[in-house]
Amino acid sequence: MSEQAVGTNKGHDRDWLSRIPKGIHGWLVPLAIVAVWEAAAALDLISAATLPAPSIIIGQFFSLIASGELFEHLGISAYRAGLGFLLGAAAGLLLGLSTGLGKLAERTLDPSLQMLRTIPLLSLIPLFILWFGVGEFSKILMIGLGAFFPVYVNTFLGIRNVDSKLIEVSRIFQYSRWQLLGKMIIPAALPNILLGLRLSLGVAWLVLVVAEMMGTSAGVGYMIQDARAYSQTDKVFVGISIFAIVGKLSDSAVRLLEKRWLRWRDTFKG
Amino acid sequence: MATEMLTIDNLNKTFAVPSGDVVALHNIGLKVKKGEFITIIGPSGCGKSTLLKIVAGLDTGYSGTVLLNGKEIEGPSIEKGFIFQEPRLFPWMTVEGNIAANLSLKNPEVRKKVDELIELVRLKGFEKSYPRELSGGMAQRVSIARALLRNPDVLLLDEPFGALDAFTRSHLQEVLLDIWQTNKTTMLFVTHDLDEAVFLGERVVIMNPRPGHIRNILPIDLPFPRKRTGSAFQELRRLVLNEFEKVEEPLFEIGAGI
Repeated sequence: MSEQAVGTNKGHDRDWLSRIPKGIHGWLVPLAIVAVWEAAAALDLISAATLPAPSIIIGQFFSLIASGELFEHLGISAYRAGLGFLLGAAAGLLLGLSTGLGKLAERTLDPSLQMLRTIPLLSLIPLFILWFGVGEFSKILMIGLGAFFPVYVNTFLGIRNVDSKLIEVSRIFQYSRWQLLGKMIIPAALPNILLGLRLSLGVAWLVLVVAEMMGTSAGVGYMIQDARAYSQTDKVFVGISIFAIVGKLSDSAVRLLEKRWLRWRDTFKG
Repeated sequence: MATEMLTIDNLNKTFAVPSGDVVALHNIGLKVKKGEFITIIGPSGCGKSTLLKIVAGLDTGYSGTVLLNGKEIEGPSIEKGFIFQEPRLFPWMTVEGNIAANLSLKNPEVRKKVDELIELVRLKGFEKSYPRELSGGMAQRVSIARALLRNPDVLLLDEPFGALDAFTRSHLQEVLLDIWQTNKTTMLFVTHDLDEAVFLGERVVIMNPRPGHIRNILPIDLPFPRKRTGSAFQELRRLVLNEFEKVEEPLFEIGAGI
């Protein structure tokens, strides 16, 4: 607010940015690119088959909404990613808590999990198809597996980063086991757990696209693949934009939780 | 004899280090009456913090007797309130949340006591602040209130004001005396500050290192509130200081094996 005041008082060319509302700053670069892109398309500098004009893509977007096709694909994609993410994140949280809290669980479970983690997930696709076919089960399982590790690793890390001096305080106050977990360890590990969730959401989207390109008849990934087969570049762009938008929205949701739950943090804010 | 709350007798503690064993505490004996204010003073390495941690139940593996209300110490508990040098507040909780900690503020009894304690440690208006918003002195007052909420039999303070500036320190000393006179809590206060030891303690326990042992226990027969500038205060301060100067020479004789 004070920056704005400075901008209106004396700055004209140097402080032009401060005249634009802060919320729009992040949009400036994308808008400029879209404007140049649209102009280039209007001047016939690029072929519509390679790079359709933004206006055409937006038109396609609305016609896909109108026909209901887009929401049908988006619905099934969200279902797969959501369920896979929930299963993977829940398993990651549970196992991360057990290996983080217990020496025995750490010694027995963690080495195997760390070994599994190093296997490139996508190399497991053929195996999953052999075992479970190309149906929903194998897709959701793939997504779950991808979502598992970021939550697992970060939960473990968060617990092991809890200040032992604070644990000492909880011993003096005779915290029960549940109090130790709920009022001490989880709040202290929450920054890491939420980071794990954010990373895991990203992986869930990534695996979703791969899974939807390997034999299915619905989903945004399928829509893109299908459009490619018919050279509908504009539809491919709509699909990619959908991934970008939904991905950004889900990430913002976790960031909102961070903002709310981690208000207490005293860290460098840039 | 019957009013003794804390009895320490023939307490010995040895630390194992790569080069052999180091005697941290040697033949410590101390009896503390209920409601008494004891200050323990000594240079670093004299084992005063170790002694406090043993009483708190945070340090085990000693030999000898440590009895609180006639019972052996079995691990840490709320009966032995502990104030560390750093406040050790939970950063994710507000001031009132930190004081309540594992107790629920929804319980009207807890709520009432928390409010009283906030008043007692003079933190009214900061109930909803987070630890990062507090100064060092305020944070330490929160940690005192947090320990007092549990009605400890004895409050163990390990150089609690050591990291604070002189003004804040003398203010908190007065707050602590206030609390002591109101609540009659038994205090065991470790410090390396001569003035602090004489200003607060009814008895000053003087400890010396290598091995850590009690050199002398001096009663401070001055009424509260004490005046630091008074001649009686200065006289007692010098008496305590003398105890340290006497023992500077034989230090190496005992610790030669280390």
